[in-house]
Amino acid sequence: MPHLSLAEKLSILADAAKYDASCASSGAKQRNSRDGKGIGSTSGNGICHAYAPDGRCISLLKVLLTNSCTFDCHYCINRSSSNVRRARFTVDEIVDLTLDFYRRNYIEGLFLSSGIINTPDYTMEQIVRVAKALREDHDFRGYIHLKTIPDAAADLVTQAGRYADRVSINVELPTTGGLRRLAPDKSEKRIEGAMAKMRSAIDEGRDARKRYRSAPNFAPAGQSTQMIIGADAATDREIVSRAAMLYDRFDLRRVYYSAFSPIPDASAVLPLKRPPLMREHRLYQSDWLIRFYQYSPQEVKAAADPDTGMLPLHIDPKLAWALRFRENFPVDVNHASRRMLLRIPGLGVKAVDSILAARRCHKLRLDDVARLTTSLKKILPFIIAVDWKPVALGDRENLLPHLVAKPNQLELFAS
Amino acid sequence: MRVICLDAEDDFEGWRRAARSLATRRVPAHEVLWRVGDQSGDLFGRTVDEANSTAPIAVSRDFLALSRLAILHRDPERFSLLYALLLRILDEPYSLHNPADRQVRRVEALHRSVRRDIHKMRAFLRFREAGEGEMRRFVAWFEPEHHIVRANGAFFVERFTNMRWSILSPKGSIHWSGSTLSEGPAAQRNEAMGDDPVEAVWKAYYAAIFNPARLMPDAMLKEMPKKYWKNMPETALIPSMIAGARERERGMLEETRTAPVGKHGAETIERLREEARSCRRCPLWRPATQTVFGEGPHDAKIMIVGEQPGDQEDRAGKVFVGPAGRVFDRALLAAGIDRAGVYVTNAVKHFKFELRGKRRIHARPGAGEIEACRWWVDQERAIVRPKLVIAMGATAVRALTGRTMPVGSARGKSLTLGDGTRAWITVHPSYLLRLSSPAEAEGAFSQYVADLRAAVASMTDID
Ligand code: SF4
Repeated sequence: MPHLSLAEKLSILADAAKYDASCASSGAKQRNSRDGKGIGSTSGNGICHAYAPDGRCISLLKVLLTNSCTFDCHYCINRSSSNVRRARFTVDEIVDLTLDFYRRNYIEGLFLSSGIINTPDYTMEQIVRVAKALREDHDFRGYIHLKTIPDAAADLVTQAGRYADRVSINVELPTTGGLRRLAPDKSEKRIEGAMAKMRSAIDEGRDARKRYRSAPNFAPAGQSTQMIIGADAATDREIVSRAAMLYDRFDLRRVYYSAFSPIPDASAVLPLKRPPLMREHRLYQSDWLIRFYQYSPQEVKAAADPDTGMLPLHIDPKLAWALRFRENFPVDVNHASRRMLLRIPGLGVKAVDSILAARRCHKLRLDDVARLTTSLKKILPFIIAVDWKPVALGDRENLLPHLVAKPNQLELFAS
Repeated sequence: MRVICLDAEDDFEGWRRAARSLATRRVPAHEVLWRVGDQSGDLFGRTVDEANSTAPIAVSRDFLALSRLAILHRDPERFSLLYALLLRILDEPYSLHNPADRQVRRVEALHRSVRRDIHKMRAFLRFREAGEGEMRRFVAWFEPEHHIVRANGAFFVERFTNMRWSILSPKGSIHWSGSTLSEGPAAQRNEAMGDDPVEAVWKAYYAAIFNPARLMPDAMLKEMPKKYWKNMPETALIPSMIAGARERERGMLEETRTAPVGKHGAETIERLREEARSCRRCPLWRPATQTVFGEGPHDAKIMIVGEQPGDQEDRAGKVFVGPAGRVFDRALLAAGIDRAGVYVTNAVKHFKFELRGKRRIHARPGAGEIEACRWWVDQERAIVRPKLVIAMGATAVRALTGRTMPVGSARGKSLTLGDGTRAWITVHPSYLLRLSSPAEAEGAFSQYVADLRAAVASMTDID
């Protein structure tokens, strides 16, 4: 391998890491460096330090230890049969880069992943060494997210959880068939097995903390995963089911959806077209409906087209649900439960909470509601206020053009 | 008119003391003039309010939290707005918790704007390293919208406790020595300039982490408005990153198309077949017996696409084995094509039928079903990568081109598909079965064979 400069290596190893959608640096325990020798703090919320022209936020130094890999997953730019340039960081190089970037306030911390080299254990050990050096040698108190390798030994994974704020393992593809075709070296069973182990380690860690304050923190920001959308035949309904199962069984903090995108030197096995980015956006919205709007996965799935199993692209899933179940509307803003208010298309969680607070003071008229939301026009057909009662939804066949403005801007990683 | 002099734009404690004293005496808001520092030229003021009442007044913590930040806003009216709100909530405490209240909303808007500015400073401030060893320190230049620099100091102290740093701004500066925080006067941008070699590495990172296939500059601008750009070294790269993005994405797609499938082709088509077994992309899977997938060598030069499996195909799980399949076999033979050498598949992989008594009568797949199933045809094409695709019947044409075309006039002609593959159009063999007169059938059959021949003959000029 020709000698590469640090910047060249970084270009290669960051380029290879950009297909991982997880970027958040949230959920960490609050820390600062006042009483220590080191550097760093976390506030629990994470900070996006920059945005790239693809609209995504840059919060962490997201790199691979190496982009060499013995596996041959078709969707992955690092697969063994790909012709990309290969590079590898030393442990010290990543540690220094992280600290150098952190000191200049470019990042919140490190997200480290790696191609699988040698053996899973060897790879995992290298990843852990970076985190250990940061935490123990440099007293680094910023955020660390480590990608764990499914087959790595349990004690290595435990160590990872001890140094990291968050750990993750990607399920990669939403269907078993897709995984078998596009990631022949990976197995759903092994991935889920690793997630299950991680879950119990996190649960135990939390338990221990309750009993002894001094027990070490174990991945306090939990675990997350990513699925690639649009490279296998999964419908949105199948994806929603799969995500719900993952949240449920492994107590995940986040499921990230990453629209499969053309990669340099792509495998010819991938679909010719990339899925519309809007599809990814709709899946995030459906995820939010479940996590923040009290929808059940069944309900979100009911918003999808019954024939194709796909969520509509031209309207958001909440509106799709409302139009499909019109009998639930209009909702009286002065009397409805929080759960029902959350179902009004166009009302966010914050607006709903404002409505609840305001109606404790007085009955809400339309202009009160207007002050609490951003777009009154969109919600008008769905609400009742003191001085407003819309025509029943069923009578308004031509409702959609009123409600669908020009395509919404994609706010992908707003969290 | 009473005049209150505050020490600085962000003098919350001063405002609080004065406001409390005025409020205990219920001095109306319009009788108070708030000033910062010792501005001269006092046009309205008559007396400087010196009274310093310590009588306790009860206000909620929420109000304190709200005003502590809102007071950092650059709006000169903020002191007076907050004081007016204070007077109001002394009499009507609940109004603070009514988000629909106009006065509350106005103050909350100030609060929100300040919070955002504070957040953006934490995000977009960039330190540059200067000096070495004992002299090593980090210097940043930031232009906040509001008076937040001092208020944000604690955050940077807690994060960068063991560094020596200075944050310079046009409104004042703060300096951390490693143990104490001190304040300095307003500064100039060039005082924070300097060469930091890490900046180039950071820029390399910024450029590499961007995915040109997902260009969304509006989403970026929404979170990172241009006014912050001048403090951030990496933003200089943005115009060229955007300009080059389309080109890079095209290049990647181009490469994909020309990349060899490699030795894994056979295996992959098998896996695709397996995956298609559980397809639920359209409702046709439900009544059908099984998915009938394409068959043939994974590296066939010719791919032939029919409409959909029929009754017998559905039971057998194999393409073109029923009556139409027999016509198809005969035609291939007549045209001199070895069926074992071509990849044969259908546009729609499940049998669509209507039940008449016990009989399952073939029904034409609709546009939605063709569109849904196109997923599989596209993947088959991507793996097999035939030199020539023969589309038999309107359904196949639609699956390959995405358009509806009259087969009658388009048959026997070649066209180029989106990815550059040559395609020929001919009729579907089941069409021949529907012709009643033997003479008509005979003629149609020879024309069908002629189409197939012509298609194959056209291949000589492809390679
Ligand atoms: S007809 Fe095609 S798209 Fe519909 S279920 Fe069958 S295989 Fe899937």
